[in-house]
Amino acid sequence: MSRPVLSVRNITKSFGGIKAVQGVSFDVAPGEVLGLIGPNGSGKSTLFNCVLGQYRPDSGEVLVNGRKVGGQRACDLNKMGVGRTFQQLSVFPGMSVLDNILLAGQEHKGSMLSRLFGPRDAGLTGEAEKMIEFFRLGHLRDTLAGALSYGQQKLVDAAMAFMAGPTLVLLDEPAGGVNLTMLGALKDRLIAYNRDHGTSFVVIEHNMEFVMSLCTRIIVLAEGRIIAEGAPEEVRSNQMVIDAYLGG
Amino acid sequence: MARFRYPALVLLGLAALILAPRGEGNYIIFIFTSWLTYSIAAMGLNLTLGYSGQISLAQASFMGIGAYITALLTLAGLPWIVGMLAAVAATFVVGLALGFPALRVKGHFLAFVTLAFNTLFFLVARNEDWLTGGNYGLSGMPRPNLIFASTMKNLPFYYFTLGVFVVAAALMWWIVHSPWGRAFKGLRENPVRAESLGVDTTRLTLLAFAIGSAYGGLAGALVSPLVQYIDPGSFALGISLKILLMVVVGGAGYFYGPMLGAAIVILLPEVLRFTEGYYLMIYATAVIVLMVFSPRGLMGLGERLWHRLTRPARQVRADMAGGAQL
Ligand SMILES: Nc1ncnc2c1ncn2[C@@H]1O[C@H](COP(=O)(O)OP(=O)(O)O)[C@@H](O)[C@H]1O
Ligand SMILES: [Mg+2]
Repeated sequence: MSRPVLSVRNITKSFGGIKAVQGVSFDVAPGEVLGLIGPNGSGKSTLFNCVLGQYRPDSGEVLVNGRKVGGQRACDLNKMGVGRTFQQLSVFPGMSVLDNILLAGQEHKGSMLSRLFGPRDAGLTGEAEKMIEFFRLGHLRDTLAGALSYGQQKLVDAAMAFMAGPTLVLLDEPAGGVNLTMLGALKDRLIAYNRDHGTSFVVIEHNMEFVMSLCTRIIVLAEGRIIAEGAPEEVRSNQMVIDAYLGG
Repeated sequence: MARFRYPALVLLGLAALILAPRGEGNYIIFIFTSWLTYSIAAMGLNLTLGYSGQISLAQASFMGIGAYITALLTLAGLPWIVGMLAAVAATFVVGLALGFPALRVKGHFLAFVTLAFNTLFFLVARNEDWLTGGNYGLSGMPRPNLIFASTMKNLPFYYFTLGVFVVAAALMWWIVHSPWGRAFKGLRENPVRAESLGVDTTRLTLLAFAIGSAYGGLAGALVSPLVQYIDPGSFALGISLKILLMVVVGGAGYFYGPMLGAAIVILLPEVLRFTEGYYLMIYATAVIVLMVFSPRGLMGLGERLWHRLTRPARQVRADMAGGAQL
């Protein structure tokens, strides 16, 4: 097997008395779409935040493309090729869709100085328009992101995570609160992106059907620990998983 | 045609600024010059607060630092341009330093930190009289000597200030329309998301303060020869609040907001002079009404009206979403 794009080793993280994540380890292979499921409060988002520098884990280590990370700021991790979305909708509401997407790409182009003296769009308009088209938002290019429907904003949010051409994208509940039509569009776009670019995903999601059809492997978290792992069908029929979801 | 409309409007505005003081008395010219100067300071605060979302109640102290440095250097016989460059460089560095607290505290707490800084500056300017002249301040600063004209008279000094203003505004225009400007707005609207997209929010926060403060320093470099007398009271907290009012009334985050706001705050008292004792009451009421109906200031109000006139319902929604931002 080729080198994993992400290795998480024995991560723990507590908030005061709450042990949010307790010794979680897993690898993500190049091009893999890994699902991360588990009841509310099982530590999924905390795990993401530990991987991506928003939180500092109490112990354990994280390797991105074989390079050990720790203490890096979120912006540096992003520059190492890791994109993400947040559980809460996270766009720039007062900026146009195009500006949202441009901002997602511009810090990866040129230097600080060239971003002051160079072209206004950092030479990215063409690429940004392609990304906007890819997510079927072309007609909304110049609309303020804050004026879009919730589902459309979720698409903008996801599109931003891809703009810098990452090797790995972590998506925290991308389908949360999205209506059925948009859900189909989002799933279709993620599958297409993975197929076209070979980008690895880790997807946190509550919508079982969404995860089962998108992911090739699923990890189940409960109370900060991995309780099951395997192909979607295996996990679906696992008794421990059923118990965890039913509050066993 | 639409492509030329904007540059044409800018040229028209410039022409108006060139013609405005013609035939006016010294006092009116002085008011116009003050307006240009405060516009520069407000433009700086607009970058820090309006575009980047970092509250600062210290802009007057940066004007003060710039004014004292320029005064001391020009009184020592150095040319104004040297004083100005030193003022801008010093306020850039001090602004950078004031940006560090902003990395840890936000909102009201940051307001208090910057407020304390302004007070600190006031106390230093008052107490260190060996340097600043203490309560008596500094006076008799020479006005810059241009090759082709002396600016001792008020009209040439107005044009001199106008020239500096135009250069400062053009630079600001460039900054806010560059990728930096987009990143500054990202910092305002959603810093955590911006950071996750590779925006170095630490560096950007510091720059927002440094550049904004340098504009304060530049304004100070103009105040010094304009009034030819400075004392600590000219840069007290109240003046910072006044500059904040300019930014907010004009429209924070709009390029022309600070110019408009400075015009209102400086010129309106002159216009309302006939109401005598009622002027402050009318003024305060107008500000309250404006803030309630248009939190994005006069520019925001104008934008809303313009959209209502030119575009039907759909776009109005976008404006309201924008309005909810600040
Ligand atoms: N910043 C925080 N401060 C305190 N507790 C937190 C914080 N973030 C998460 N937690 C706690 O950690 C646990 C796991 O939360 P989270 O990772 O958000 O779960 P999930 O994403 O799986 O729903 C919860 O008990 C939550 O209350
Ligand atoms: Mg979560």
